[in-house]
Amino acid sequence: MEITASLLLQQLFVGLALGAIYVLVAVGLSLIFGLLGVVNFAHGAFYMLGAYVAVYVYGLTGSFWACLLLVPLAVGLLGLLAERWLIRPLYGRGVDYPLLLTFGLAYVLVDSVRMVWGVQGEAFATPEALRGAVDVGFGVFPLYRLFLIGLCAGLLLALWLFIEKTRLGLIIRAGARDPLVLKVLGIDVGRIWLLIFGLGTALAGLAGLLAAPLRGVNPEMGGSVLIEAFVITVIGGMGSLVGAIVAGLLVGVVVAMTTLFQPEFAELAIFALMAAVLILRPNGLFGKS
Amino acid sequence: MNLLSALTPAATRHRVLLSIAVLALFPLLMPFHALAINILLFGLFGAGYNLTFGYTGKLSFGHAAFYGTGAYGCGILIATHQVPWPVAIAVGMALGGLVALLIGALAIRTRGIYFAMVTLALAQCVYFAAFHATSLTGGDNGLRGVNLPALQLGSWRLDLLQPLNRYYFMLGFVAVAIWVLSRILNSPFGAVLEAIRENEQRARASGFDVERTKLLSFVISGLFCGLAGALSAINLATVGIDMLSYHTSGQVMMVTLLGGMGTFFGPFIGAGTFLAMEHALTAVTERWQLIVGLMFIGLVLFFPKGIWGSLLARIDR
Amino acid sequence: MASTSLPSSSPLLRRRSVLQAAGGALVASGSAVSTPLWAQAETIRVGLPIPLTGPFAAEARAVQQGAELAVKEFNAAGGGAGRKAELLVRDDKLNPQEAVTRTVELIEKDRAHFIVGSVSAAVQLSVNNATKQRKVIYNSVSQSDSINEAKDFSKYTFHECLNPHMTAGAVARYAFPKMGKRVVFLTADYAYGHEMARGFLNAGKAFGIEVLADIRHPLGQTDFSSYFPRILALKPDVLVVCNFGRDQSIAFRQAGDFGVKQKTKLIAPLLMHSGRMVDGHDVYAGVIGGTGYYWGMEQDTPSARAFNAAFRAANGGAAPTDYAGLGYAGVRNVLAAAKLANSVDSDRVAETLQGIKADVYKGSTYYRACDHQSVQSVLIVESKAPAQATTKDDIFRIVATEAPDEARMRSCTELGHA
Repeated sequence: MEITASLLLQQLFVGLALGAIYVLVAVGLSLIFGLLGVVNFAHGAFYMLGAYVAVYVYGLTGSFWACLLLVPLAVGLLGLLAERWLIRPLYGRGVDYPLLLTFGLAYVLVDSVRMVWGVQGEAFATPEALRGAVDVGFGVFPLYRLFLIGLCAGLLLALWLFIEKTRLGLIIRAGARDPLVLKVLGIDVGRIWLLIFGLGTALAGLAGLLAAPLRGVNPEMGGSVLIEAFVITVIGGMGSLVGAIVAGLLVGVVVAMTTLFQPEFAELAIFALMAAVLILRPNGLFGKS
Repeated sequence: MNLLSALTPAATRHRVLLSIAVLALFPLLMPFHALAINILLFGLFGAGYNLTFGYTGKLSFGHAAFYGTGAYGCGILIATHQVPWPVAIAVGMALGGLVALLIGALAIRTRGIYFAMVTLALAQCVYFAAFHATSLTGGDNGLRGVNLPALQLGSWRLDLLQPLNRYYFMLGFVAVAIWVLSRILNSPFGAVLEAIRENEQRARASGFDVERTKLLSFVISGLFCGLAGALSAINLATVGIDMLSYHTSGQVMMVTLLGGMGTFFGPFIGAGTFLAMEHALTAVTERWQLIVGLMFIGLVLFFPKGIWGSLLARIDR
Repeated sequence: MASTSLPSSSPLLRRRSVLQAAGGALVASGSAVSTPLWAQAETIRVGLPIPLTGPFAAEARAVQQGAELAVKEFNAAGGGAGRKAELLVRDDKLNPQEAVTRTVELIEKDRAHFIVGSVSAAVQLSVNNATKQRKVIYNSVSQSDSINEAKDFSKYTFHECLNPHMTAGAVARYAFPKMGKRVVFLTADYAYGHEMARGFLNAGKAFGIEVLADIRHPLGQTDFSSYFPRILALKPDVLVVCNFGRDQSIAFRQAGDFGVKQKTKLIAPLLMHSGRMVDGHDVYAGVIGGTGYYWGMEQDTPSARAFNAAFRAANGGAAPTDYAGLGYAGVRNVLAAAKLANSVDSDRVAETLQGIKADVYKGSTYYRACDHQSVQSVLIVESKAPAQATTKDDIFRIVATEAPDEARMRSCTELGHA
């Protein structure tokens, strides 16, 4: 098979679109671990919830754009409730307890969805306006995936601006460095944690909504996403926004390129990449020691 | 002072005997003997994992690699090469330790969640290798034919297809294993492990070779998990690729936490509770995951030391 | 010594009673599940370990519904061997270890006489290993080539379901002459995927197909976008999608997104009924595939009509899918053999079952002697547009039927049988 420049470019774009979803999920997970020290095993379940809430909202409104607004809000709200009532009581007890609790929470969320919507899954159509494929010069590419890349880029820019340029963002960055500083300054750390957890889960829910037209909606969809997100977060460095973005895109492109040449090794490539990064930079690419 | 507190020191001294006694009586108290064996072996797996997690304080996400390697090692020898079972079990166990040595050597320098992730990554490499070595392992179809239907000693024959017989056969191994485990934990080595768990810097400052100790405990943990895997292969007569998957690593972590990490009998309690609860619920509802999940949440919020850990703490008070 | 009784409101006691209650529930549920002693001597017990939880829950439920119908009909006709039949359903969670534990308990504790079941290849092989050792008949309803092989076979092993070689072969023989010779495979990288690809290759040889690539994807893949640029660049006439379950629906959907369906024809060895029901015609449009059973057969097959009617009556008007048919036939044939042999003894029933030739729901079938594989027809179907559908269940159009033919299966010698 001939490897042409256009084939490589097509594959690169595929990798970026793949990476976009990875990044959304990983950013949330990284923020939650970096600032709260919580390993959120339920992150994949929130992703799945996003897809199902989208099915529900779409059923009510018939509008994908309404979903874009309401799904992150709804899932974020659920995240707020989880943080306040389930995770808050565990602070100070060590990293294992939130891990175990969120593991149980994941079971509960997934099985609850099965109870409400059944086990077979749902279909979710690509919105009318975003159907079809576009000629991007080097090949034909689905419009929806281009939209995905664009939307994620915009979102991440907004997130970066929020964290770097606003006062609240400053507080969050300070809290990531040293939570004690916040307490000393009299800032309500609890509210910050609440916000971060809500934001992280909202992003996961949004990712689920965006993935739905591509991958369908089913109760088990969060499982593989969770492990991918962990790997990406670790590669990028826990707690680093830039790290999650870079690692997510990197993994997307690595998977796409490996698939082009040796498809069977694509899965292994991600783990091999993680092992290599950790052995060379034990805290991840952008992690703080 | 109540009766339980008074008994505690004696119980701790004789914890091996007590544990074996409880495990020996266990199948007589419950109707599901095939499940009992699973609990016994998963408890052993958890006890091995507990050495790394509960006693040394390192969260590993790759222990399925040792369990699965032990299973495949023993299984392949019995199914494909008709090697006598004592040799097969020993080899399986040794392979578990060997893989632990390899993974441990690469991972031991990382801290906290990163250690968990490196062990996960390396265990996934083992999974991948086994998945694709189809002629050796059967790939995702699994390895069938690990058949040990009976023990033959001269004219005396023990039918191992009968679950109760198989249980006591396995218990023999488990009993020896936990005795060895207890001796290790009671030794100076065990004390160093706990010192490392409590405060690694201080342990290092006190002159202990922390890295070597951690690696050694990891390898010993691998041996126990390999043994559990080898016995599982014989118990179920098949070895499946999911024994190497991160789901299995996650399960043993959960079970150990559930029982009470850093407690001696905790892993067996955790295994028993989790598996029995799953089993009982599956019989009455398809929504067993919901209930198990709620149980986890409840246990973590109200029984933070795990079931056994909480009970022990209460008794000590 | 001070009083050792703790106040009843103490947390310890409350927690203890929670644990006691859990233990009690465990024992109670155990006795609820197994049959009372007086009935145990009376019934023919058929164990059914199936993945009621997990990604194939829909298929498992269909198997259960078919099996329940078979038992109901058997009992309504008076039973056999002096007994009525009873179905013992268990959740194997799609996990071989769990399945073996369930099977052993079904045999040792619940005293099941026969085992029917599974939806996963790995699970059926593990279950078979356990039933083989205990000399219990196992009739598998799961696709797999491996179970026919001498290594896994025993006289108690039966395979009601089609195997990938038969299904892929049938689709190949239908499709390749019509569609062209340049072929790309998109194969799930596990045993079943490889077996499907091999079945296609084997049949395709006769038509001189040219394999441009065999692209392997990991099992459980959710994003196929990485494969399409290369596939499109190769410009094949046919894209053979060798996978199962959700992998399949996602692959079809994304192939549509990337315009692959416009450029090349898609064929699959087995089309998932549940996938088509959930994802709809859009995703499945233009794909040709195989299946073991479709209710639409009732137009030409009287036994299908009877089966459909009985199934609809028992299941609120829903039509049976292929897995429902397998559950039905799997249990019905075993019970028929028990009745004919007038015994529940494994050896006698196995011998009788081997000789059973019947038209149970899809035309006549029988078990080949060397490997107990059910020799049966394969249907070639394509998705039907909603505009042409008569009911919600009307999802496929049967375009061809390949009659049962032993010559098209892997030969006994090839499988290692004497």
